[in-house]
Amino acid sequence: MSLFGSLRYFAGVNIMGNTALRITRLQQERKMRQPGFWKNEHLTEPLRVSPYLKELITRHYLKGRFANGARKVAWVTSGAPVELLIALDYFPIYPENHAAVCGIRRTAARQCASAEEAGYSPDICSYARTDIGSVLSGETPVGRLPKPDLLLCCTNICQTVLYWYRVLAHHFDVPLVLVDTPFLYAEAPEHAVEFVKKQLEEAVEVAERVAGKELTEKRLREVTRLSKDAAELWLRVIEAGRHKPSPITAFDQFIHLAPIVEMRGETFTVDYYAALVRELEERAAAGVGAVKNERKRLIWDNLPIWHRVRWLSDLLAERGVSLVSSTYTNAWGELAPMYDPDKGLESAARVYLHPILNQGAGHKLRTMRRMVEGFEADGVILHSDRSCKPYSIGQISQRDAMINESGVPALLFEADHNDARDFSEEQAYNRVDAFLEMLDA
Amino acid sequence: MSVHIEALGIDAGSTTIKIVGVDAAGEIVWHQLDETAPQVQPQMEAFAAAAHEAAGHDGIPMVATGYGRGLTSGRKVTEITCHARGVFRATGHGGTLIDIGGQDSKVIVIGADGKVLDFAMNDKCAAGTGRFLEVSARRLKFSLEEFSNTALAATAEVPISSTCTVFAESEIVSLIAGGGDVGQIVRGLHRSLLKRVAALVHRASFSPPLMLSGGVARSEAIRSLLSEELGHDVIVPSRPQLMGAYGAALLALEA
Repeated sequence: MSLFGSLRYFAGVNIMGNTALRITRLQQERKMRQPGFWKNEHLTEPLRVSPYLKELITRHYLKGRFANGARKVAWVTSGAPVELLIALDYFPIYPENHAAVCGIRRTAARQCASAEEAGYSPDICSYARTDIGSVLSGETPVGRLPKPDLLLCCTNICQTVLYWYRVLAHHFDVPLVLVDTPFLYAEAPEHAVEFVKKQLEEAVEVAERVAGKELTEKRLREVTRLSKDAAELWLRVIEAGRHKPSPITAFDQFIHLAPIVEMRGETFTVDYYAALVRELEERAAAGVGAVKNERKRLIWDNLPIWHRVRWLSDLLAERGVSLVSSTYTNAWGELAPMYDPDKGLESAARVYLHPILNQGAGHKLRTMRRMVEGFEADGVILHSDRSCKPYSIGQISQRDAMINESGVPALLFEADHNDARDFSEEQAYNRVDAFLEMLDA
Repeated sequence: MSVHIEALGIDAGSTTIKIVGVDAAGEIVWHQLDETAPQVQPQMEAFAAAAHEAAGHDGIPMVATGYGRGLTSGRKVTEITCHARGVFRATGHGGTLIDIGGQDSKVIVIGADGKVLDFAMNDKCAAGTGRFLEVSARRLKFSLEEFSNTALAATAEVPISSTCTVFAESEIVSLIAGGGDVGQIVRGLHRSLLKRVAALVHRASFSPPLMLSGGVARSEAIRSLLSEELGHDVIVPSRPQLMGAYGAALLALEA
């Protein structure tokens, strides 16, 4: 870190960036207010807060562009106990989220190919291949990613991250902090919480050394409070889907998820979700649904198909089908009650033991059942994600259980969340089409 | 002399394209079938034109199904729904329908009221589809009928180890070069295909009565060996290859 770096950051982000972003947002908001702006006959116009979201995400990556030399940078897994690092003023980059952006912008297949050319197996998760491919080739649609000073990897989402982050540690030659979370089949026993808490204490020592500063209890409490507030608001976003018609679809949620994933622990994230909740409540009160003629309601299981969000959204909307919620987006909200700002590391240990991917398939099935009932859904679409074994394993049984035990129609179809080469449009369309016809009959 | 066609259904599959005309009572009164041409759209238009000519007038309602259905501007329904409808009408009951198509196979669970309750598809691997038989038969220079008779006449079978249609072709060549009995090899090829189909049936649902449709269903060897594989009778409606187009025509009639 240097004075020059800090000045550059300040000029680039706070002065020029903020101004440019604010102007862009105002322009977009004004454009959205023009009559005739939105012509889609099946989908209601985008949420008014959409330009606000875009501003947040763009600013996040803009900060990244100027971060090296001004702030300590950490690359972290999506389920990492990031609050410890935010409280030490690290700037976090989430390779998974960056990879998702690459998936949305359709650069991921090329980046995956770069990784494969370097010898990484095509059977590895497409997020990992996208990220490694991006690191090796330097290609990224977000401008420039800052190099990490520290890596924080938590195994609560999968084991692939273990190897992936070792690759990154080797490539960048920076310390790697590993947090190993024991797998759960029920609520975490105290010894598991203690086990994770001890690792967090060690993680803090390393993070402090790299940052050159000490973690204060006060700051950790503030950041944890902000994470809790944001997660609680996010839960309200999810719950809005209970309204008939639903004011938001899971497709929208996939996009609006970005702040809770990659900007946890910040005040602006709380403010953003408060605005989103307000708009959804307005829509709900006015009986406005995200899908204009909502006739059927579905739940989605697994990651999105990032390169086909729009395609699938249009396909469902044309039939009056609203994807009202998903186990994936719900995952962030359901952790909200566990955050305890007064319990610092112990709270983090508990929260980060319980993400859906760190729990048995039975938990996911119960969650699906609860969501179908609670959201009055007509069926479930299970995306068998080639890349995500932890999320996809058990889906065949879960589908069968939904149909045979709960009497709920369920479709299972294969795709990949990021690698467009592992997607067969005609076959996928056919299956979804046949399923929607079946629901309608 | 014109035919009394009240509604049409066209099934534009990847291998063959079928068109069926039904009368007001929903009986099949006219049909055509051909190998799918590289340019599917003009072929579909030609079929529709031929139907209208046979009927002596224009404007017959039509529903399109199959992979090529997106090329029409009219109403489109998936083959899952169409096959279920056609077979339900042809047999008079629900059950489990196994459709072995040109390059996919499907299992469709049909309720007592003719509605689709569930389905499973193999749309990934040609080894469980008509393509497998086609490639093997061609390699051995058999017509599909001769192929079926040869399989039925064999009293033993040679297992085929290749999981891939293309590699199975090479395996056939080496088995014959090694002095293998053609009849036993042909029976083995049928077994290979039907084991995959049976696995799909078990995955979707096993709710008798079991029915079979698709071009491949015309083969008695397929019907009898599938029945053996599943341990249950398999019913084949007359004109099994037309069931998709028939169902589409019935839907057009109802509209």
